[in-house]
Amino acid sequence: MNEIDISLVDWSRAQFALTAIYHWLFVPLTLGLSFMLAIMETIYVKTGDEGWKKIVKFWMTLFGINFAIGVSTGIILEFEFGTNWSNYSWLVGDIFGAPLAIEGIMAFFMESTFIAIMFFGWNKVSKKFHLLSTWLVAIGSNLSALWILVANAWMQSPVGMKFNPDSARSEMQNFWEVLFSPMAINKFLHTVSSSYVVAALFVIGVSAWYILKKRNILFAKKSIVVGATFGLLASIFVAVTGDGSAYEVAQKQPAKLAAMEGLYDGQKGAGLIMVGMLNHDKEVGDQNDAYHFKIEIPKMLSLLGYRNADAFVPGINDLVYGNSEQGIISTQEKIEKGKIAITALAEYKKAKEQGDIVLAQNHKTTLEQNYKYIGYGYLDSPESIVPNVPLTFYSFHIMVALGFFFIALFAFILFMMFKNKLENKKWLLRLALWSIPLGYLASELGWVVAEVGRQPWAIQDMLPVNVATTHIDVTSVQITFWLFATLFSILLIAELRILTKQIKIGPKGGENV
Amino acid sequence: MSWLVKIWKFYYDGFRSISGLGKKLWIIILIKVFIMFAILKIFFFPNFLNTNFETKEEKSAYIINVLTKQNQK
Repeated sequence: MNEIDISLVDWSRAQFALTAIYHWLFVPLTLGLSFMLAIMETIYVKTGDEGWKKIVKFWMTLFGINFAIGVSTGIILEFEFGTNWSNYSWLVGDIFGAPLAIEGIMAFFMESTFIAIMFFGWNKVSKKFHLLSTWLVAIGSNLSALWILVANAWMQSPVGMKFNPDSARSEMQNFWEVLFSPMAINKFLHTVSSSYVVAALFVIGVSAWYILKKRNILFAKKSIVVGATFGLLASIFVAVTGDGSAYEVAQKQPAKLAAMEGLYDGQKGAGLIMVGMLNHDKEVGDQNDAYHFKIEIPKMLSLLGYRNADAFVPGINDLVYGNSEQGIISTQEKIEKGKIAITALAEYKKAKEQGDIVLAQNHKTTLEQNYKYIGYGYLDSPESIVPNVPLTFYSFHIMVALGFFFIALFAFILFMMFKNKLENKKWLLRLALWSIPLGYLASELGWVVAEVGRQPWAIQDMLPVNVATTHIDVTSVQITFWLFATLFSILLIAELRILTKQIKIGPKGGENV
Repeated sequence: MSWLVKIWKFYYDGFRSISGLGKKLWIIILIKVFIMFAILKIFFFPNFLNTNFETKEEKSAYIINVLTKQNQK
């Protein structure tokens, strides 16, 4: 076989990761700030207080800057699907077609229509209609995120489909199963609520800067009340949905869970690592300790992952080499079954070409019996199923630690606000300001856990990344990687410069962007 | 006034009254969209299957070939 150049796979992955990471720098603020705008405007409409209108207009200006610079950065990912991931795109086209089409229509009609009313309509439509438009922008942008996240969740846990060996496509059998799969629901709720936290940190951080500068104090305090309340509720919800997401990972992607916890040897009543340092000399199957040190909560991983404190949590070694006592088959066995499925596909195609319907049907049956392992047939070795453990482990633990830090921060800021002591707590205001990048860091790390942790799969158990990649010249991928790095860096610098300039100008009634 | 005219006037007045910041953002959007669609998409991101194959059958055959040949190492 014309084996695919591994550097092509790595460059294609790096390119996709780069564009996705940059794209995700813009998205969370749009998702979260849109809801805070709606809440602030609701207060304005309810109270009639012009001060709240000024607040809404200021944050709306910042929302507009972020939206304008971030808009259509996600389109690049779709370009990459067609060019760099054409095998994958063909295979999933029937599944992703519907969600992505709905996303496109929804994004275009809801967001573009009602964003125009939000910015242009202050003196042209009634207060209530303007408020409705602001809510619809928030709902619309979050719903368009839903469809993208449903597509992503399907890649982590492919459901509601059947592979058609004639068209070489996974065909949708049940749209609702795809939409309402537990993986999709948890992914959507966890991702959007974590975006609300990012936006709440942004509002609080910017407002804290005004208080530190002794400017626009009342404006800043009112913004902080909304931001911290919204942020506190959202961050608690993030913890709940994070638990739901991890539970799904335990059921559907056990290798990812094992990497998240650096768990090599499975245990009954496994503990959850609170703090730990991995031993980087540790290899799959060896006898080295996995950690230099660790502090864990006993039995918590079993409890969270399987809702049973004494449940067995498989480690990397169990998943690679199998554990007959626990009924876990080895990856080598899965590779063999995968190869049977691939051979059956080839033989089915040959039999169809020769017009031998009976033989074709036999091969099709063999394919269907082994299809759930087909992806394993492409793996070079059983150890290939292990993702990058240190990157997954540290990303996960830093993300979780930041998540709990945010809950404490929002709660403490609210407490200080109600005690009327926030202005005097300069360290807290500075902490709030410097927590803005921490919110983005946690959000990006969540994606690192989700995407690095599921390697080597483009589609879980079905398609590894080396088969999903298009066989094209690696140089063209390298060129576009650097082109994107340059383009997105310019956009990010533009965003930061325009945002900081507008923040320094402060709330003066808002700009009609 | 018909709804279409009202909508047109709404957008027309809106764009006429945008601030300096708004103009700057629209310029960024237009440049960005131009770079993405007129340069990147056309010169760097052809759709691989659409460029190399004409029919669905040809595309399917190619993908099946990729999926089955990978096994023959």
